[in-house]
Amino acid sequence: MSSSDTLLDVRDLSVRFRTRDGVVQAVSNLSFTLRRGETLGVVGESGSGKSVTSLAIMGLLNRTFADITGEILFEGTDLLKLSPSELRKVRGKDVSMIFQDPFACLHPMYRVGAQIAEAVRAHANVSHSAAWVRAVELLDAVGIPNAKTRARDYPHQFSGGMRQRAMIAMALVHNPAVLIADEPTTALDVTVQAQIIELIDKVKRDFNVGVILITHDLGVVAETASHVLVMYGGRAMEYGPSREIFHAAQHPYAWGLLESMPRVDRKLDVLIPIEGSPPSLLNPPSGCPFHPRCKYRVESCDSTTPHLQTMPDGHDDSCVLSAERKREVWRDRIVKEIDAR
Amino acid sequence: MAFYLLRRLVWTAIVVLVVLLVTFLVFFKLPNGKPALRFCGKSPTDQCIELTTKRLHLDQPFYVEYGYFVKNFVAGDDQGWPGLGYSYGNYVSVRSEIIQRAPRTLWLIAGAATMWLILGVAIGVLSAVKRRTWIDRLAMGLALFGISAPVFWLGLMSLFLIWKEHLWIPGIDHITGGTGYVPISDGINHWFGHMILPWSVLALLYIAIYARLTRNNLLETLGEDYIRTARAKGLSERSVIFKHGLRASLTPIATIFGLDIALLVGGAIITESVFNLQGLGWLAFNGAITQDLPTVLGVVMCTAIAVAVMNLVVDVVYAFLDPRVRYA
Repeated sequence: MSSSDTLLDVRDLSVRFRTRDGVVQAVSNLSFTLRRGETLGVVGESGSGKSVTSLAIMGLLNRTFADITGEILFEGTDLLKLSPSELRKVRGKDVSMIFQDPFACLHPMYRVGAQIAEAVRAHANVSHSAAWVRAVELLDAVGIPNAKTRARDYPHQFSGGMRQRAMIAMALVHNPAVLIADEPTTALDVTVQAQIIELIDKVKRDFNVGVILITHDLGVVAETASHVLVMYGGRAMEYGPSREIFHAAQHPYAWGLLESMPRVDRKLDVLIPIEGSPPSLLNPPSGCPFHPRCKYRVESCDSTTPHLQTMPDGHDDSCVLSAERKREVWRDRIVKEIDAR
Repeated sequence: MAFYLLRRLVWTAIVVLVVLLVTFLVFFKLPNGKPALRFCGKSPTDQCIELTTKRLHLDQPFYVEYGYFVKNFVAGDDQGWPGLGYSYGNYVSVRSEIIQRAPRTLWLIAGAATMWLILGVAIGVLSAVKRRTWIDRLAMGLALFGISAPVFWLGLMSLFLIWKEHLWIPGIDHITGGTGYVPISDGINHWFGHMILPWSVLALLYIAIYARLTRNNLLETLGEDYIRTARAKGLSERSVIFKHGLRASLTPIATIFGLDIALLVGGAIITESVFNLQGLGWLAFNGAITQDLPTVLGVVMCTAIAVAVMNLVVDVVYAFLDPRVRYA
């Protein structure tokens, strides 16, 4: 893979929020890359730093309260070094984003078409009517029936799925290079979820964008993502090609996530939850953030802060367990799984 | 929309009739009433009482009396429409009294409302945009002062400091004209000079309230997800705040603005008294202390109608501003 395909290269990204109660370490030393036509699935529990990472890329964090270090290289330019007005030119043009709750994300008092047309005019010097035509065109492209008339509707006249489609249309206005989808299906009906995921996948192919898909839903990631980043407590736990993660996960947290995922080929009573709850980022545990909940922890887990290391099989993981021990656990899992069938 | 308006108009008429009934009962049917006795003054003659009783239909059952009362109000009496009867105090028709006083109060409200809407919203937006800076703190400190300062004190202080001593501001004595009302026909500068202090004093309280309201509404709106969407689109901060933020945070202010204006139609009694404007508030106040019931009733009806009509206006404006309530 040539480096010119690399759209986004995040290096050693850390985000700290200074709050009244202390410093919240939302993201620590996170690194990943995104290439054109690739979907990076970012998974992890609530509070694992997924959304903060995406907001940092979009430049939507208030830098007075958020302390951001590291580099976010977009086609070679560090987004963190841009001035607010330079960043504004990237936002919505080269990098765009769709959000979790399409009910709250569209302005209730403007027509859907007008809101998309506004996005057109934000980065292009075109007339109102030309922008409107483009808005209708995009609404049609994302599968809104009668786009011409529906563009004149207000958001409350749209269903949840249609609003999310409209949000996607708005994100595609300037053929962005990177599309960040922050839990795009969480607020939608199950039947609509699949349509939206399919739409995002179609958009990725048609517009040749790099997609960062943030989700709780491992099933969605398994279907669409080419790479997976597993986050926990603001850190990358494991990172690599999707196939590797799902078939040869190396990190106990990833094992836990996979075990807690319902699957059609397994009985429901063998869903195994991860005991305990996510760590407080105000006062994170020392060493590996996952160690208080980890079934396989060893002595050094609470003292050494792990970093992602590239494993011999080509993907990165941050667990200190030896490869032999991991293989052992992995073997046990497969045995258990076969028993459970 | 036309049907909606019609329905609302009918309801407004019903509300006014109910208010008319309640005020009628309070003023003419409570034990202290005895209108004929009051009408005839300090040494009532039997003849006068008898005549008055007949004229005001006091010998009839109360619903007949109310019927005449409504008829006079709706269709007008010998003095024209709306018929409100005669003052007990000076035997002048209440209608002509109100028509004479109303422009003073209406001018006072119009000027003050313009002032407080523009300044209140402007200060609120500035405060919200510059939140947690010294500008915000200063504005909110002044707002607290504006809300706490009593109007009679403010009025007297402004008269003393600005009109009498014309402190600090050179040339202010050419602008301010002191107390009393000067009709606009006497020259617009003269009129303006007499109105500027009452406007400012009356507006100050509302500026303070509106500034705080605008600030809080705007801050709340700026935390909404659709504001993040607007930023994610790459819109300028100005567009985010003024087009997306202010639009959504001004709807509750439109509601309150309409009702505040309506309530003032009954008279800004203190402001009118301090500046001797002798508007509707002054009329109602004098009517109340001399137990001149028809006069008080006349002003109460003005307020009631203003509230009912402004409610209607506010609802229509709201439907115009917020598409979500349009078809509800």
